Amino acid sequence: MTATSSPPWRPSPRQRERDAYRRARTRRSLLVAVVSSAVVVAVVVLVVGHSSGWPRTRDSFFDLRTGWHDLPALLRALWINLQIMLISEAFILVFAALIAIMRTLRGPVFFPVRFLATLYVDLFRGLPLLIVLLLVGFGIPSLRLQGAPSSPFVLCIIALTLTYTSYVAEVFRAGIESVHPSQAASARALGLSYAQSMRHVVFPQAVRRVLPPLLNDFVSLQKDTSLVSFLGVTEIVLTAENLQSQDFKFVHLVFAALIFVALTVPLTRLTDWIARRQGWINPGSVI
Amino acid sequence: MTTPVLKVRGLRKVYGSTVVLDDLDLTAVEHSCTALIGASGSGKSTLLRCIDLLEVVDDGVVELDGEDITDPRADGNKVRTRIGIVFQSFNLFPHLRVIDNVTLALRRVHKVPRGPAEEAGLAMLDRVGLRARAGARPDELSGGQQQRVAIARALVSKPRLMLFDEVTSALDPELVGEVLSLVRELRADGMTMLLATHEMGFAREVADRVCFLDGGRVLEEGPPEQVLADPLEARTRQFLRRIIDAGRL
Repeated sequence: MTATSSPPWRPSPRQRERDAYRRARTRRSLLVAVVSSAVVVAVVVLVVGHSSGWPRTRDSFFDLRTGWHDLPALLRALWINLQIMLISEAFILVFAALIAIMRTLRGPVFFPVRFLATLYVDLFRGLPLLIVLLLVGFGIPSLRLQGAPSSPFVLCIIALTLTYTSYVAEVFRAGIESVHPSQAASARALGLSYAQSMRHVVFPQAVRRVLPPLLNDFVSLQKDTSLVSFLGVTEIVLTAENLQSQDFKFVHLVFAALIFVALTVPLTRLTDWIARRQGWINPGSVI
Repeated sequence: MTTPVLKVRGLRKVYGSTVVLDDLDLTAVEHSCTALIGASGSGKSTLLRCIDLLEVVDDGVVELDGEDITDPRADGNKVRTRIGIVFQSFNLFPHLRVIDNVTLALRRVHKVPRGPAEEAGLAMLDRVGLRARAGARPDELSGGQQQRVAIARALVSKPRLMLFDEVTSALDPELVGEVLSLVRELRADGMTMLLATHEMGFAREVADRVCFLDGGRVLEEGPPEQVLADPLEARTRQFLRRIIDAGRL
């Protein structure tokens, strides 16, 4: 296909002019973006800076020195959040995949399995996480069962897993159902069992398609780990509140907020990058 | 001499390190039918996609009625309304009824009210023999019917130029005829068209010029009886030999 004999290609004057025009357009868009952003920031700064409560607000919310001083305490507490998130996420991914597959089984034999899976999803998707957390956190210990977990840390993981498994199961199910039936058919035609075709053909394609909503739930879980403070686990938000009750400065909460964002953004970019590198995301044409 | 409807000069298109189109020239005068033939990967589809501005060209010019449409200052959306394209795999919108597939551009691009748009859409469906299926969903139709709807959808905007990208390659053999006879009728009506095709017999019958694409350019062009029967270039002969061996000519 490539002509090897012809001399190396040089852009024609017309093409060079077009490229220059496109570059100029890009520069212009960039300039418009920068100027308009600067205007917005300037307006916000002026409006907020001239409000009567600004000096007090600034001392409470943007006392960077105090915030920086107490940052190590926040970061230590963050480790709790991260542990809860990572452990829960591992359980969630496994259970959600199982529930999703259970819901896609066809035939009367599997009715009880399907029914239970559907019931579970309907129930826990509808329950507010906070209620699940409180019911699990105070209900399980009150049973005084031999061997039942009593550590708030473990109970939090159970509550988060129960709730989030129902969300993620639905994400997986949507993915499984979006894979064209012909894929399963050709896997079965090769002699793979239903389970094998699910494991090696359908599910891998499903996961790739639902990566963005999956990440959505992952990020949401990351933020919801702060609800475990209701069970008295001193994670990052509770730590920030404790600090705030000592020096009456909200800057700790601002810092905690920034830490959450700082965790989420790289995670999103990383997933996008992996998906692109693996060719999971269609690079797409220009239109 | 009148301005040709389509004039392609020095067209170049590169994907990564693969040069698909390399300094390609092509001209189509009004009411002409040009068949593009060549091995798969010779750039037939890419050429059609470049002409319809579905790809950004890397060099060269595509002129439609004398206007350089590859100029970044040209309004691509406007240009595309003047060109109709039909794809190999139909590409009907599965969530819309047949009539809504046909009238989508009329209503949203040309701002025709629903009533007149549906009237025009039904008339066009009548022309392709599918008026009775106006309310059906695309997946209720056979491949040949879907492709006829796709042709109606492209025609309803009254394009200056029609591009056909191997429109029968995804069809069962017994359905090829209904689509080809439709293309034949369009040809008789004087539509200017470019068709990438593997149907050599059809190319010979309907085209007044055949272009053989090889190495990213038009290696040989001429009347079908010459290019298909007595080609000058060895590569063309080689290609036709393979087609004949496969029993497709």
